[in-house]
Amino acid sequence: MTGRILPFAPLLAARPAESRPVLGGFGRVRRPTVAADAAPLDPREAEQFRRLILPLMDGAYNFARFLCRDASVAEDLVQDAFLRAFRGFRGFRGGEPRAWLFAIVRSSYATWAQRRDEVHPDPEAALQATPSDDPSPEAALVRQSEAETLRAAIMALPEPFRETLVLREFEELSYREIAAITAAPIGTVMSRLARARAMLRVALPLEDLRP
Amino acid sequence: MSACPDKEALLHGLLDGELDAANAQACEAHLKTCAGCAQAFGELQALSARLATPGVAFRAPPELRRRIEGAIAAEARPPRRRLWAAAPWALSAGFAALAASMAVVSIETQTLTLADQLVSSHVRSTLASHLVDVQTSDRHVVKPWFNGKIDFAPPVLELADAGYPLVGGRLDYLDNRTVAALVYRRNRHVINVFIWPSQPGLTSWPGPTGRGGYSVAHWRSRGLEFWAVSDIDAGDLQNFRKTFEARAPA
Repeated sequence: MTGRILPFAPLLAARPAESRPVLGGFGRVRRPTVAADAAPLDPREAEQFRRLILPLMDGAYNFARFLCRDASVAEDLVQDAFLRAFRGFRGFRGGEPRAWLFAIVRSSYATWAQRRDEVHPDPEAALQATPSDDPSPEAALVRQSEAETLRAAIMALPEPFRETLVLREFEELSYREIAAITAAPIGTVMSRLARARAMLRVALPLEDLRP
Repeated sequence: MSACPDKEALLHGLLDGELDAANAQACEAHLKTCAGCAQAFGELQALSARLATPGVAFRAPPELRRRIEGAIAAEARPPRRRLWAAAPWALSAGFAALAASMAVVSIETQTLTLADQLVSSHVRSTLASHLVDVQTSDRHVVKPWFNGKIDFAPPVLELADAGYPLVGGRLDYLDNRTVAALVYRRNRHVINVFIWPSQPGLTSWPGPTGRGGYSVAHWRSRGLEFWAVSDIDAGDLQNFRKTFEARAPA
């Protein structure tokens, strides 16, 4: 099960999980919300994790996929996030489990993106290095189906707008929860969301927006 | 035509259910009288509806799900003693002995993983209201139910007179294969018996008898592997094993 080699494993493994700084909004450096706990979870805790957190995998994958814009990187990010979530499950103090988990997914993404940018300091090169989804045979067949068009329009949004929109439209998280996940004030969340929707309105032909 | 500049934020708030009752009412009243805002709000609603269409949000690939569940099962395992540290004699006994001891370690590791999978599967079956696929105490119903679903015929025994009523049967997935699970009860406890064909060449390792409060018993008969898992104590589970073995067709 653990034999698969992650394509960006060196990026994540470069620093121990506890000491990895995570870039929050506005360049603030924030510690990850998970603290690695030395003692393994007892079976009751592990079962609680399976019940509360594992069912959130679709949402976590969707979030990671829209953040990094690459299918296989998204898988690795989600796997990394779930392992960190499992190890730090005692740090979960109730509340909305998605908000807790997604903050970890975002932190996994931030780590990956930071290392990627260190490897490619040149923005032009970073752009080249950003993996892009290869169209699957099915995707080629239904060339730019409606869903594909919508996905592509979201993927084209700048990152802060993209992540805010995804958390609101797909996960229906509250402004407050989105603010906590993205480490931004609520006012910023609101303006990013309005801006993201305005950009989508421009990017998508008007007839595409009519139900 | 576009929304009133001072109302734009309110429209998003209304759409997202973030307005308090008073503001929501005021905003809805405004929509009735302002065509620009009404159109803008309609577009926001249409965009949300479009994004909610199936196929827009990504779903986690099943392979990823399996990988994460496996990784978590491995994490949940208590740290293991380093066997080679406890066996310094292996160093002095030469290369052949070392190689032999490593083979033992690898078989043991594999079996430990399996025992953990068995316990997890047992716990899942009792929690997820997926105890049985076919619920009946009649072995003549359970046995044919497995036909065509698996490529071997597990012995289905009625043990109610010995204090282990049959609850039913289930298909489960363990160690990369589909296995048969028979479910028995002992008083208020559940006993899962997982059955699959033995693999030639692998020597049997008796396996641990306890795992986080669960008892595990293993035996082998007529080319099949049997693993019983329950939260009854290890001695009781061994009695169950003896009863099962004694009743199994020879």
